Amino acid sequence: MIGEQSGKSRSSRIGRTINRDHSQILSQGLPLLTILIGSLTPFLPVIAAGPVMPPFGFMIFIAWRLVRPGIFPLWIGFPLGAFDDLFSGQPFGTAILLWSLAMLALEAFEARFPWRGFWQDWVSAAALLTAYLGLSALIASAGTNLWHVQLILPQLLLSIMLFPIIARMVAAFDRIRLLRVRVID
Amino acid sequence: MAPPTIRRSGHSRKAQVSAFTGYLVAAAGAAIGAILLVLSLWKPQSAAEVRGVATDVAAPAGQAGGMARGGILGIYDTVTGYINAGNQNIRLRREAEAARIEMVEAKAIEAENRHLKQLLDMQEAEIKPVAYGRLVGSTSASTRRFAYLSAGANQGVEPGMPVLAPTGLVGRVLETGRSSARVLLLTDGASMVPVRRAEDEVVAFSEGRADGSLRMRLINLGINPLAKGDVFVTSGAGGVYRPGIPVGVVDRITRDGAIAKPLSNPAATIYVAIEPIWAPETEDVFTPAPNEPAE
Repeated sequence: MIGEQSGKSRSSRIGRTINRDHSQILSQGLPLLTILIGSLTPFLPVIAAGPVMPPFGFMIFIAWRLVRPGIFPLWIGFPLGAFDDLFSGQPFGTAILLWSLAMLALEAFEARFPWRGFWQDWVSAAALLTAYLGLSALIASAGTNLWHVQLILPQLLLSIMLFPIIARMVAAFDRIRLLRVRVID
Repeated sequence: MAPPTIRRSGHSRKAQVSAFTGYLVAAAGAAIGAILLVLSLWKPQSAAEVRGVATDVAAPAGQAGGMARGGILGIYDTVTGYINAGNQNIRLRREAEAARIEMVEAKAIEAENRHLKQLLDMQEAEIKPVAYGRLVGSTSASTRRFAYLSAGANQGVEPGMPVLAPTGLVGRVLETGRSSARVLLLTDGASMVPVRRAEDEVVAFSEGRADGSLRMRLINLGINPLAKGDVFVTSGAGGVYRPGIPVGVVDRITRDGAIAKPLSNPAATIYVAIEPIWAPETEDVFTPAPNEPAE
């Protein structure tokens, strides 16, 4: 009887707890991997007539930063932004600059308002997305006279509405991230 | 939720310094980003090499997606085909009657044309596409309108070549990798195509508006002669696009031209053709040959 019970007591939501530990590769690599995959949005089989897709790379990046403030160093916006710039179609450097600034902005925001919740996270993400899409469009329109709000409005609304879902997805990935899979010898 | 304390440095000198360094490095990253941005706005092709390699690596993923897109379109067409079968049948029969008569007329004109050209001793070079490829993706989250093409330098694709769908012009090649290329779509804000009205010689420039429509800017200002439904084709001016490729159909009249809808729908196109630059020698017209005396 004890044998039957012990099987349950040794395992929990995050896997077996005895003789197992978090995997460094999984806990560090999974957030990066999901963001990089998000940055590959342009290779989705959608040939869009206008800017319609939300910036998935940036949204997943923000969601990870909000749910786990400690996992990324502050300078992570540079490499991740550079990767995003390779495919996004924006002038090279846009995402490097804006992702780095987003990281700093969130840091400053959290120092001012340390207690957090669903609504506060959503509002801060919405503010960041508005600034990000607006500035991206502004940078992309350099040299043309093509900056008008109607152009990015549908994309912005879709991104803001979609953010809680992305955040839930990231929270689910966070559970996978902390699975105890490494065997301690 | 309780505030995370991860970056609170407390009284430890070491922790304070490392937190400060973190901010410094992040600010430096942003500064480098700003410099790169200015650089790439100044010289847009400066990152082309890196982008080409990156696209070569990532494009096969899009390739699979592109195939799936073809399949989905097929299913959709099949279903709507069944629903509309009756109406379509009647309409098509009527159209076929009309088309048969027009075809006979067209044949007569074609024969006459050939005869006249023989009289004038004109040589007509046939333009063969350099390569065929799939559009494997587009920059759907950006206000710039680029598409990724599954053919590159290995297939003979070069920057500047026009990209055509069966229904009309899609855009032109901007950068090439080994097996992939980046296409500047017709609807991008930086795309500028010389066009004329299909039935006469009203010339205009077609500019992209980044939202899926085109702005037709008339060259000769005055009374706007355009009407809804006018079709624009490439005029051949500039030498990149051969004349007569369908570009767009007028949707709305503006003060200095019209807003048009592009005729090619890249999203519904499975394969596109890449044609050579129509008259590349036009660039040399203005530079006198070395052995010729300058006037």
